[in-house]
Amino acid sequence: MSHLSRRHFLAGATAAAAAATISVPRVHAQKKGGTIKFVPHADLKVLDPIATTAYITRNHAYMIYDTLFGTDANLAVKPQMVEKFASSSKGMKWSFTLRDGLKFHDGQTVAAEDAVESLKRWGKRDPLGRLLAAHTAKLAPVDKKTFTLELAQPFGLVLEAIGKPSSNVPFIMPARIAATSENEPIKETIGSGPFKFVKDEWQPGNQVVYVRNPDYVPRQEAPSGSTGGKAVTLDRVVWRYIPDHATANAALEAGEVDWWENPPLDFVPKIEANSALATFVTDPRGTQGWVRPNHKHPPFNNKKARQALLYIVDQPKYLKAAIGVEKYYRTCPALFSCGGPFESAVGAPGKPDVEKARALVKESGYDGRPVVVLDATDIALTHGAALVTRELLSQIGFNVDLQSMDWSSVVARRAKKEPPAQGGWNMLFTWWIASDVINPAVHAGISGAGDGAWFGWPESGRIEELKVQWARATDKAKQKQLAEEIQRVAYDEVLYVPFGQWVLPTAYRKAVSGVLPFPAPLFWNVSIA
Amino acid sequence: MLREILRRLVATIPVMGVVAIAVFALLHVTPGDPAIIIAGDYATADDIAKVRTKLGLDKPFLTQVGIWLGGIARGDLGASIYSGLPVTTLIKQRAEATIALTLLAMLISIAVGVPAGILAAWRRGSWLDRGVMVFAVSGFSMPTFWLGFVLVYVFAISAHWLPVQGFQSFERGLWPFLRHLILPAITLSVVYMALIARMTRASMLGVLSEDYIRTAFAKGLAPRRVLVRHALKNASLPVVTVIGLGFALLIGGAVVTESVFALPGLGRLTVDAIIRRDYPVIQGVILVVSGVYVLINLVVDVLYVVLDPRIKY
Repeated sequence: MSHLSRRHFLAGATAAAAAATISVPRVHAQKKGGTIKFVPHADLKVLDPIATTAYITRNHAYMIYDTLFGTDANLAVKPQMVEKFASSSKGMKWSFTLRDGLKFHDGQTVAAEDAVESLKRWGKRDPLGRLLAAHTAKLAPVDKKTFTLELAQPFGLVLEAIGKPSSNVPFIMPARIAATSENEPIKETIGSGPFKFVKDEWQPGNQVVYVRNPDYVPRQEAPSGSTGGKAVTLDRVVWRYIPDHATANAALEAGEVDWWENPPLDFVPKIEANSALATFVTDPRGTQGWVRPNHKHPPFNNKKARQALLYIVDQPKYLKAAIGVEKYYRTCPALFSCGGPFESAVGAPGKPDVEKARALVKESGYDGRPVVVLDATDIALTHGAALVTRELLSQIGFNVDLQSMDWSSVVARRAKKEPPAQGGWNMLFTWWIASDVINPAVHAGISGAGDGAWFGWPESGRIEELKVQWARATDKAKQKQLAEEIQRVAYDEVLYVPFGQWVLPTAYRKAVSGVLPFPAPLFWNVSIA
Repeated sequence: MLREILRRLVATIPVMGVVAIAVFALLHVTPGDPAIIIAGDYATADDIAKVRTKLGLDKPFLTQVGIWLGGIARGDLGASIYSGLPVTTLIKQRAEATIALTLLAMLISIAVGVPAGILAAWRRGSWLDRGVMVFAVSGFSMPTFWLGFVLVYVFAISAHWLPVQGFQSFERGLWPFLRHLILPAITLSVVYMALIARMTRASMLGVLSEDYIRTAFAKGLAPRRVLVRHALKNASLPVVTVIGLGFALLIGGAVVTESVFALPGLGRLTVDAIIRRDYPVIQGVILVVSGVYVLINLVVDVLYVVLDPRIKY
């Protein structure tokens, strides 16, 4: 089977992104006004971007909130609400000054206190935020526009944390709202971003409506990712949730909607053949799939049994079953994603070797007890991966109990730490966008904190020690070296096994222009003819 | 009669109470935990416990039932665990689409099904009769989602006569309202059209062989008058029963139609809520729909008396 090389994959995705951006006229030449109808990948149910990690809530938050820093298309962190910033005492003290003209949707001026309270709430929920908070001695406003951050210990990721592009993003909200407990959803949705949320027109399960914020003052730089000038030309953005893919496709073809965020890949060839429609990979870094064993219970509490998984997870087989369309996927051994700054093949197994895997299972002393594999049948990609895994596990001698259920049941079941025979589990499948696995600090799967780790609960003191060293390293070369060491240990301990990386195109009518490459759909710079 | 209606309405209360408790109990033994879904991927056990406390899910089962029933007594069905919006608001947002779809679908079913059944019975054994029966069997056999997509392809994508999806409130004008409902209503009505046509035919065949019908024809009455005034009225009880049952089935069947045509109705609200284990929404919708079922049954019983004065309660 032939596969796209990494170079071709990234070149194709980047070229697609670049072509779409280049073809977009400058903002001042774009048509002003109009309504765009957008089909999001999910229904917006939760409005609080700190209370949930759901991507749909993150996308909603990018509409109405602004961020202190953003991440551009090349992953560089740049100021957004911040006008100027400085660090002193070898990076132990930071000062941030807000831009002029920043206003919340209720007319109040954005103050340093709002930024401080928002960061504090985020720092109680987000893993990277918690890490920053743990290294912080003091975070406080100095005056109306300036606040300072004093570290208690060296921390090399201050800007990366505050400019984090994906869930949970440190969005800035009024201090009185940010004072809400992190375990309680906020009651008001007031941001200072380029769009305003029209709460009266919000119908969960049907539509979300945003209107242009006329008071928003964009930066002067060209837009790139979540940085630069967030100049809005649209008057109104309507998210229409259409759960049935065939209906969404028909609505796009008929011109009833303008932009479909994530068409399933089996619809893409039809869309590409339609001259009125265009596709575009908005997140060229894509998504990584995982096979996650449960380290808490037999057989995968045994390292040998876990290592057997390394020799059966044949990425092309998985990707073909889970994704299907070759030009959108690629094999990738890098735990910190291919195309990211910490891409590496260190520690990855070579070719699949069923005999070796079988021998490892034998060495592990596996006693034949059923291996409970959770199969979310309503998510095509995890279902495909589960079916392939069942076959492969059976081939190497495991007695597989594939349990079919919906994703919500998997989400509830995966939190159960009991043995599989008492409602627990042995293996599950999931996926993360590259931005969420791009370094050891944000990567949920790279943790050896036992009960404090992500579901599967691996225990590895070495991983935890290396992560602390990585977070405190301020030198890029040192970070790279530590990231490789973390990956080597992670593969040795088999925290999880990646089953490949893929990108998903977005589809829109050619009347739409100015779509920016970014993991979330952004509506500034977008216009409609 | 009025006393009977009042008695039946009062009897609705314990029925609804039993439904409410059964729904509550069933939901709480179903696998899935909204606290875990809300707490998110990075939540610790402590975070999940806090969310569960906040939602009141850590309270004993009977306490939760009591709180919910107390809310219902005050007309408060609670709020969605996810959006925080009151369940009554969510139901109001969705009720118009489902009511409009169900009524229009039933209207089409009756308008086509009853005359087709009468004609088939009147011309028993003819090509017309066979045609109606072929249609009835086909109507039963066609999956709703398949028919919906065929209609969308023909009338929306190819001919551009009607929209693919969506809903417009009646407040925005009669034509925009109807335009968005025609295809879903036809899709939903075909099965019931077939059911009503078959039932009308069968019931009419029994009545048309009666002596008084032969007498009516013999004394020179016009066929239309005999069929509608004499035969149909006497054949209508089973048809009314089927229509009553059909209303209840239509509300259930609307789930698929609402998904195919992206109609913001109660069916989709329920399915979304079940997927996410949004307990207050599921409980609220099922309670309201159960109430509607009970009322439809009452209306059917009253219609029996109107159509056949021999029936007394």
